[in-house]
Amino acid sequence: MEVIMAKYGEIALKGLNRSNFEDLLVKNIRRRLDKLGKYDVTRRQSTIYIIPVDENSDLDAAVKKVSHVFGIAAVQRSAVLPKDMNEIIKQSVPYLKDTLERARSFKVEAKRADKTFPFTSPQIQQELGGALSDAYPHLVTDVHNPDVTVLVEIRDKGAYVNAEKITAVGGMPVGSNGNALLLLSGGIDSPVAAYMMAKRGLRVDAIHFQSPPYTSERALMKVETLCEKLTEYCGSIRFYCVPFTEIQEALRDNCDNDYFTVIMRRLMLKIANTICERSHCSALITGESVGQVASQTLAAIACTDKAADYPVLRPLVGMDKKEIVETARKIDTFETSILPYEDCCTVFTPKHPKTKPLIEDVLKEETKFDFEPLIKKAIEGITVKDFKI
Amino acid sequence: MIYLDNAATTKPCSEAAEAAVKCASRCFGNPSSLHHMGVEAEKTITCAKKTLLNRLGKDGEIFFTSGATESNNMAIFGIAEALKRRGNRIVTTAIEHPSVSEPMKKLSERGFEVISLKPKDHADLERAIIDAVDEKTILTSFMAVNNEIGFIIDTKKVYDGVKRKNPFCAVHVDGVQGFCKLPLHGDTISLSGHKIHCFKGIGALYKNKDTRLLPISFGGGQQGGLRSGTEPVELAAAFEAAVKAYPKNVTVFSALRHRLTEHLERLNRIIINSPENGIDNILNFSVLGVRSEIMLHFLEEKGIYVSSGSACSKGKIGSAPDAFGFSAERADSAVRVSFCGNNTEKEVDTLAEALEEGIKRFRR
Repeated sequence: MEVIMAKYGEIALKGLNRSNFEDLLVKNIRRRLDKLGKYDVTRRQSTIYIIPVDENSDLDAAVKKVSHVFGIAAVQRSAVLPKDMNEIIKQSVPYLKDTLERARSFKVEAKRADKTFPFTSPQIQQELGGALSDAYPHLVTDVHNPDVTVLVEIRDKGAYVNAEKITAVGGMPVGSNGNALLLLSGGIDSPVAAYMMAKRGLRVDAIHFQSPPYTSERALMKVETLCEKLTEYCGSIRFYCVPFTEIQEALRDNCDNDYFTVIMRRLMLKIANTICERSHCSALITGESVGQVASQTLAAIACTDKAADYPVLRPLVGMDKKEIVETARKIDTFETSILPYEDCCTVFTPKHPKTKPLIEDVLKEETKFDFEPLIKKAIEGITVKDFKI
Repeated sequence: MIYLDNAATTKPCSEAAEAAVKCASRCFGNPSSLHHMGVEAEKTITCAKKTLLNRLGKDGEIFFTSGATESNNMAIFGIAEALKRRGNRIVTTAIEHPSVSEPMKKLSERGFEVISLKPKDHADLERAIIDAVDEKTILTSFMAVNNEIGFIIDTKKVYDGVKRKNPFCAVHVDGVQGFCKLPLHGDTISLSGHKIHCFKGIGALYKNKDTRLLPISFGGGQQGGLRSGTEPVELAAAFEAAVKAYPKNVTVFSALRHRLTEHLERLNRIIINSPENGIDNILNFSVLGVRSEIMLHFLEEKGIYVSSGSACSKGKIGSAPDAFGFSAERADSAVRVSFCGNNTEKEVDTLAEALEEGIKRFRR
């Protein structure tokens, strides 16, 4: 029989509340695997065991899914063998065939959690290492830099043998650190920001501002596709779509064009404040990175921050565009993000936006029009859609 | 709903739908089967081919394809491959649909000398095509009617001119927007079903008896080995029905165009991009000061569907504006209205009202 063993990342370091994190992690894994078939998910000795109930389960698909669950540092697909040295050797030789035939060097690493097992770890290494060398004579033993490390773990319920450790996403279980609301535009950055905050254990909801007819139905479809793609990592997402046309038109017609972007960002945050409260979120997330565009200078960020009632988390703040793009590709949002539809952030953008706006000037500019009724109307017009795992 | 995007696609007619259902329920055999069901299916295909040839007014052969993109690829690569020993020069225009211009790019990469003529450089594009043909030219490919602005190329004039200069040069015509509307002349002609009220997914390539093509895809050898794959019997029956149902002469097009032009002349800062002698069912104009996409979505909110540039290339600016030498502002604000026989003057009036309202709201 084969099982998937998932090893924790950071939560292994937790103290007395560790089991809360572990239970949440197990729950998150169960939910992810629901669509793939029946799996028995249990935890023992700092490891989560994912045991296929159905013989025909696609274990590769399950490994991939589990490796995308935040909180898991590494995933191994292992054979479960009887706790008997002869059996371990007898069955390991054929089980490891594919991996070892492709390798040039190897080593065996043993971990004996069950101290009643009659062989010590070094003895297990010697016995199994010798047997594998005999069976695959082309292999060189290399304890420092082997192509393949065969891992044998003697645990309570059996001996687990595997030769491939898959690095998983790490981080903290989604939901372990509360909820936050993501400002999702449709560009490359905001999905990456969601990924990074979900990695730190936040459950993410998303808010999007739509300006028809300046933005199209396809732009909305694109953002919804992004939400769907993000569920792979972030879990379920509640998506709020705000009708923003009237506010943008009023802003264009009544305020100095140079302040358009910064005031627009502030109005977005004001609406997000309300949704944050309504959806029990305790922070906002944006995809801003310092200096990327005019609204992301320190001065502009300072002005937008003043409109927020909640902490604004900006996980991309110190990242280069190149790094952001790399992550976007990794989480498969890049191709969707670069679809060429106009979004609310690019409608009416001024030719020369203020790069160093002063909050006093911004506030003065804002008083030229009473946005409150329009904000209220926009909030009333919000549509909600749930994206499930 | 007012649908004015018929150059992108048309609403399938009931005749086509009924023919497909009838065929699917009664004569669903594989035309290659030896038994009666196979024979019936083959008859359906043969009959559909005859109807298409009749409508073109030609002898020759029809090959059913998945659509005009496949037909264009079949003709261009098939002719280039068959005639490459005679020469390596190909003449085409810069206003072709991507299903012609992209194969041309590939041929150019493979060492063919591809001459692409821009209308802005030639007052008489037809003459320019003929002039560009020399004794080394093996293929001339052009569209009868441009899909973006409705520019017409007289296929008879070019066909005769090319053949006089070099009788061995094959002439391929992309006839998608012209089929059933204009007479078409070419050694090979691409046709599409969904532009004449049939379904998407069916097209055809006409080929005259003397033109040699080599196949570009391989399989069971159906349709004379040129287009392997089980023939799309149901879709071919629908295509036939749509062709039969398409009126010989749609007079409403010129009336609709005239009406819309009158409305547009009333509104200021509008440039008509379609040539005066262009095809009647396409009218392309620029509403200066309003980006096409905004106008399109605004009209959409009112239930009026038009196109910006060419709907085939989603979000991309088509090749025509550049080739005709339009300014960036003119290209950015271009709207394409394209009629079908069922559109009415009242619909055109509603469009004009909406345009006026849009201009008031959006013009900067």
